[in-house]
Amino acid sequence: MSDPTRLRLTLNGHPLDVVCPPERILLDLLREDLNLTGTKRGCDLGTCGCCTVLVDRRPVLSCLTLALLAGGREVTTIEGVTPASGLSPLQKAFVDLGATQCGFCTPGFIMTAGALLRENPHPSRGEIASAVAGNLCRCTGYSKILDAIEAASRVA
Amino acid sequence: MDAASPDQKFRLLGGRIPYVEGPLKVSGRAEYTDDIKRSGMLVGRLLRSPHAHARIRSVDVEAARRLPGVFAVLTGEKYPTQFGVLPITHDETAIAVDRVRYIGDIVAAVAARDELTAERALAAIRIEYEVLPEYNDPRMGVQKVEFPIHSRGLNGTNIQKEVVQHFGDVDAALGTASHFVRVRGRFSGVTHAFTEPLVTIAESTPDGRLTVWSATQVPHYLHRSLSEVLGLPMHRIRVIKPEVGGGFGGKSDPLPHEIACAALALETGRPVKMLFDREDVFLTNHGRHPTENDVRIATDAEGRILAYDIEALIDGGAWSSFGTVTTYYNGVLSMGPYRVPNFRYRGRRVYTNKPPSGAMRAHGGTNIRYSVETALDELSEQLNVDPFALRELNALPPNSTTINQFRITSTSFVKCLHAARQRSGWDAKHRKLPYGHGIGLGCSFYISGSNSPIHFTPKMPQCTVHLKVDMDGGIAVHCMQADIGQGSNTLMAAIVAEVLGVDLERMHVVRVDSDISPIDLGSYSSRVTFMMGNATRKAAESLRDQLVHAAALLTGYPPERLEVGHERISVRHRPDVGVSYLEALHKAMERSGALLATGSYTSPPMGGEFKGARAGTAPAYSFGAYVAEVIVDVETGEYRVPKVWAAFDCGRALNRLAVEGQIEGSIHMGLGQVMGESMNYRGSRLLNPSLLEYKIPMPQQMPEVECLLVGDPDPEGPFGAKEAGEGPLIAILPAVGNALYDAIGVRFTELPITPDRVVRGMEQRAAAGRTWKGA
Repeated sequence: MSDPTRLRLTLNGHPLDVVCPPERILLDLLREDLNLTGTKRGCDLGTCGCCTVLVDRRPVLSCLTLALLAGGREVTTIEGVTPASGLSPLQKAFVDLGATQCGFCTPGFIMTAGALLRENPHPSRGEIASAVAGNLCRCTGYSKILDAIEAASRVA
Repeated sequence: MDAASPDQKFRLLGGRIPYVEGPLKVSGRAEYTDDIKRSGMLVGRLLRSPHAHARIRSVDVEAARRLPGVFAVLTGEKYPTQFGVLPITHDETAIAVDRVRYIGDIVAAVAARDELTAERALAAIRIEYEVLPEYNDPRMGVQKVEFPIHSRGLNGTNIQKEVVQHFGDVDAALGTASHFVRVRGRFSGVTHAFTEPLVTIAESTPDGRLTVWSATQVPHYLHRSLSEVLGLPMHRIRVIKPEVGGGFGGKSDPLPHEIACAALALETGRPVKMLFDREDVFLTNHGRHPTENDVRIATDAEGRILAYDIEALIDGGAWSSFGTVTTYYNGVLSMGPYRVPNFRYRGRRVYTNKPPSGAMRAHGGTNIRYSVETALDELSEQLNVDPFALRELNALPPNSTTINQFRITSTSFVKCLHAARQRSGWDAKHRKLPYGHGIGLGCSFYISGSNSPIHFTPKMPQCTVHLKVDMDGGIAVHCMQADIGQGSNTLMAAIVAEVLGVDLERMHVVRVDSDISPIDLGSYSSRVTFMMGNATRKAAESLRDQLVHAAALLTGYPPERLEVGHERISVRHRPDVGVSYLEALHKAMERSGALLATGSYTSPPMGGEFKGARAGTAPAYSFGAYVAEVIVDVETGEYRVPKVWAAFDCGRALNRLAVEGQIEGSIHMGLGQVMGESMNYRGSRLLNPSLLEYKIPMPQQMPEVECLLVGDPDPEGPFGAKEAGEGPLIAILPAVGNALYDAIGVRFTELPITPDRVVRGMEQRAAAGRTWKGA
């Protein structure tokens, strides 16, 4: 193991300054060290998208990202996009339209979809499907997820 | 309330009810097992066998034990008690004893202070194996073998279960038949691919208790197995089911790692977490069995079914799991939704040295129904009868009994046929679309809750629900039913709210915890809506009666003149005379404090007297008719399914949002099996144990799905409901297969139907000189 290094970044809008071994994976930093368990560990191989977070507003698989690579950047997790009270319009659409069943993939979808809607506020259904293609869901068959993202794009 | 009346009006039920825990899930605040941390928690890891079949000659764990930071190393001999989900086929151990039976079998368990130390400990374990011949194909195990995988195999073979059934006289019926078709189906194994990996935390405490948190669909069966194997009385074990990230049957066995993790906790006196990686999950499998079946169907000149003659050879993998049930289901679930007057079946499930197969969504019905529905499509072709007409001619009527004595109460199968035919524009499309473009029909039949509990001792209801309400007016709902994403918590809450007339937000569905949750047998066999729903309704009605009685004291009117309205109990036809829900509650509490109510469900006696008669009996059955449209790229063999019309009879759909979700999710999973999912083996070695190599369909591959919920209320279902969790998967597979036939004139009897098979099929058709739609 190499010597721990100082890691400074912005996490959910707040500065973070921690000591972190160079091999620490961002997902482990979030879940194990910082107890931000909203980001899910589905495969640890970059195949499922459950661990998606935003780094500088772009979706990133935190299980494939070294924590140090987020140094100086802005990291946003599901905790960072959830309002202090209530839900965001995107989250509310997921609930109301049945886009979450077991819920394990949901935080990842919210992060990916949020990033999409920020870049492209009114995407077509095809664009939505392409954007979330890296996020696996085994419960919903995706229909209601695409519905929810579409509905949120109309609210925004 | 008359449950069977289609006109019954509800405040919540029958609508679209968002999940009660939805806000927690979309914000990452729902707590899954891996989100739980306990102080001093150790990391549990498993060592797996590199051999498919071998004797364990010796195990040396001394070096591993001596490593700093290693708290325990366990091998099989400490807890050799065999267990399994079915009490009649206990053949698993928490950790292998003497013998390993597949690549991935657990041979040792380690608890250490961190992952790295645990991995080092595993690497330091020395095991000497004596490699045995491996049996990776069920055909290798149907006769006597040199080294049977289990001693319980039939007469020195690897046959785990053989079922032979004959009803009526098949040979006589075949003699009088005018039409006859045979389909020999071949099916790869597929697996659940739930997103949350298997994970367990166990903690033993100085008060002599063991607490286990686990990603399970069957907390009660886990509770029993822990007790049996660890030798602790059940009351000293507490099983908690946090949120579960999908199951689909893959979390419906008590699993060895759950017991091994608990054993490590007992050994160390510290909490231990065992989290699986994806390879672990794939090796644990318990997915749908690789199967070969041989289906022969005979009809008279008009197409009336005279007989089914069926054989199935089922690849069980290393353990029994639910296999005895699987073997029966491959026969008995082949018949409905049709009347079959003569039926013969021989099914064999054979152990192989591969990861165990088990229960997966629409367990036992999926593969056999693919072959049957393919055969019926072929019969329509032979008879020159429309596929819908052929099925309608043979439909089981409501309130009938099948040849094997299944009791059919409600069936809206014919309504499903009519809806799917009309909405899909079938008559204008079937055999009329251009070459490469086709439409096909597939139909389903599935149990709405296994009538037989897996355990018969002690005799008890299949589900019990407790309600507790105190002065704050919130209603705590307790039940061990396992919500794994299907929405059963929401349904339970909605039923209570409906009966009491109160707002849904008053419901607190309490997390499954064996210390406080009354037993429900778990999420399998599509039993929860039916059984938990009835139990919940009874509990809620009992609570309602207490409140109405209190309202009677307050208003001076007799209870029978009172009715429950929204958060209020008032005199019928005099809404101005009444009391609020809270006033009635507080009155009712005057003498004894918090109110308690209980409800339970036991299915009625049913089924024949012969051996195996109970297999497949259920208090109700679901039915479905799906039409799928396919478009084939005739150059590459790739195809897509742009649209599916899914007509389904789940009785009264109590939460349309959830039922649609089940149908759409089932179509996704079924499409995966028909279009590409496959557990690929070289010999006994699984080649694709990751979600990259085992591909589930992407959003772009999903069809537009039109759900047609046409079921009439079931007479015994809660408010008329039946299952919608598993049956909805079945019909999509044959609908796609039959649509491919309509598109390109090729019959596919081997799944998955990959593009190379499509191209080969078209080539073979052309080589045989057969043209289709002019091509």
